[in-house]
Amino acid sequence: MAYPDDCKYSDEHEWIRVEDGVATIGITAYAAEQVGDIVFVEVPAVGTTLTATQPFGVIESVKAVSELFAPASGKVVEMNGALADAPETVAEDPHGAGWLVKIALSDPSELDRLKDAAAYQAMIDAA
Amino acid sequence: MHQTPLDAQHRALGARMIPFAGWEMPVQYAGIVQEHQAVRTAAGLFDLSHMGELWIRGPGAAAALDAALVTAPSRLKDGRAHYSMICAPDGSVMDDLIVYRTAAEEFLVVANASNREVVAAALAERLAGHDATLDDASLRTALIAIQGPRAVELLQAHTDIDLSPLKYYSIAAGQVCKRAALIARTGYTGEDGFEVYLAWDDAARIWNHLLEEGKAAGLVPAGLGARDTLRLEAGMPLYGQELDRETTPFEAGLGRVVKFDKDGDFVGRAALEAVKDAPAKVLVGLRLTGRGIARTGYPVYLPAAAEAVGRVTSGTASPTLGHPIAMAFVPAELAAPDTALEVGVRADRVPAVVIPMPFYRRPT
Repeated sequence: MAYPDDCKYSDEHEWIRVEDGVATIGITAYAAEQVGDIVFVEVPAVGTTLTATQPFGVIESVKAVSELFAPASGKVVEMNGALADAPETVAEDPHGAGWLVKIALSDPSELDRLKDAAAYQAMIDAA
Repeated sequence: MHQTPLDAQHRALGARMIPFAGWEMPVQYAGIVQEHQAVRTAAGLFDLSHMGELWIRGPGAAAALDAALVTAPSRLKDGRAHYSMICAPDGSVMDDLIVYRTAAEEFLVVANASNREVVAAALAERLAGHDATLDDASLRTALIAIQGPRAVELLQAHTDIDLSPLKYYSIAAGQVCKRAALIARTGYTGEDGFEVYLAWDDAARIWNHLLEEGKAAGLVPAGLGARDTLRLEAGMPLYGQELDRETTPFEAGLGRVVKFDKDGDFVGRAALEAVKDAPAKVLVGLRLTGRGIARTGYPVYLPAAAEAVGRVTSGTASPTLGHPIAMAFVPAELAAPDTALEVGVRADRVPAVVIPMPFYRRPT
């Protein structure tokens, strides 16, 4: 697939898209494919503070637990509650309905350290 | 790192390869859940060529194995097999095994890949003084398993052995795809199925043929990921998780396997007789009733208690049952079905209840 140009991407395979000061975070299609059958997603509650590059939740397949790493810092303003009953949504639509959390960015300049779609594609092509 | 004779097949099928017990092995092809369901409803084809195949031969082979293992292979009829374990003098489990008697003076002992060298060395030592020889054929023997409700019809089309009278835990010699093979009605999935021992160089052709011909009936290649979730649902132990050098057969719920009534001493007898009625821990099945999946090493608690009383050995979200299941070691007094416990999942405590194993039993 072509990765959306309106997002930035972390080395840990999360995407982040900023609209009106609120950033939506999810995992990339590549990461979803690597994890495999997703059976459980745990994301932090509204009000939790995320720190860039630090773990903020987990995603689990039948086989293993994978940590989620925050692509940027900020406070959670919304979590994707639908994932509790339908974690497979993350695998089915990682860049859409499978989003994880929305945060209010505490330092938008952190996004400058992330990759654009072309650079992210180049990274996974080399993997 | 060893490669099985099917390495090129796995890569061509798009398998994800992982290092496992010194081998490069396929963990999944299309996906663990899909492969798991195929084995429960149709059939799956597994490459198990990493397993250890040890031949014990000679007039003293039966007596030697009786002294080396916790079971009594001397009681096996030709062509039959049983589940066994090799224990250390302290009664802890060095490996769990399948022992096949292929002739009066010939046995095939199949060991886990991770323990092949340990088992071969221990058997060599324990055979001393008996009129028996050990031949480690692991690196020239391929093993392909076909497992699932359609396994019998799929394999029957390619073998001269009549499979319908072949009983569970039996083995027969014949041909598969016109090549010499040993077919055993054994497996590690909770389904009917077969394990087919082959010469290394015959494996690729037979794998390709079985898969191609079986595709229409729902046969899919299945990896170690599905093998693990299938065996866990079936309540079968995995060495390194439920069994190890810190665990006796009695603690793992496998005391029935130990044959104290056989003649003569066997390695571990005294230690096992001392602990058989009072295991220090007991393996139980858990069903998690809250949100979260128990994983190997997670602590087990009494509800609201601060100190852990046990630990999870294996756990997953059961693809067949649709809820999280786990195996765990707990003190004997907490092993009764319906006992309420909690599993520590990261920062949370997830409620769990002890349930009988196996978690899944195939419909009969």
